[in-house]
Amino acid sequence: MLQSALVEKVGKFRSRGVIVDVTALDVLDSFASRTLRDIAHIIRLRGAETVIVGVQPEVAFAMVQLGITLEKVSTALDLEEGLAYLDQKLQHARATP
Amino acid sequence: MREQHPDVDAEYCVPVASVNDIVTARLQGRVLAERLGFSAGEATLVATAISELARNIVQYAGNGDIVLRSTTNGTRRGIVVVARDRGPGISDLKLAVRSGYSTSGGLGLGLPGVRRIVDDFQIVSNREDGTTVTVTKWRF
Repeated sequence: MLQSALVEKVGKFRSRGVIVDVTALDVLDSFASRTLRDIAHIIRLRGAETVIVGVQPEVAFAMVQLGITLEKVSTALDLEEGLAYLDQKLQHARATP
Repeated sequence: MREQHPDVDAEYCVPVASVNDIVTARLQGRVLAERLGFSAGEATLVATAISELARNIVQYAGNGDIVLRSTTNGTRRGIVVVARDRGPGISDLKLAVRSGYSTSGGLGLGLPGVRRIVDDFQIVSNREDGTTVTVTKWRF
């Protein structure tokens, strides 16, 4: 199971951030979206931040039409932007005691 | 490799019993939609609708079929997706198509979401025959 493997690795590597790249997905239906949302929430409870990257334009369009917003889940354009986002977020977290 | 390049006038039946079959069904739907001249965005809407319907089959009925065929209305072309199963049926259809309602802890966006992204949506469900959802999406 992807979820449990990920959650375990967050502890093992003491990860502060997790990036999930969905570039290869041609569809994000309600089930897949729920899975992503759950992953992000579980990982947050483990003390790390999750960023979903690579939602394709047509996929984003279809998700909104379907009624999926993935609110409260961070997203970024691609891997590079995702890493930049995490960098900023974690630096900010260190700066404010 | 007929499956990769479907004849636009043929009917395709994809048996759905596992998560892998959901992917097969939506890829077949996407290929047919593109052959019919649907844009990439419209083909993704078709694939998303198929994905939701196929997921419902696996989750609630265990197995069933996704049937794909083209349709015409004058010069307009469209795609018809029939999702049918012989599962337990849906006890309250009105609730099932209401946004936010789910019996399985889901988002409750499946059926109402599908209804929003297609042009025509019909659902027949009872304990004896299971559930059949028929949707049509016209090319813009």
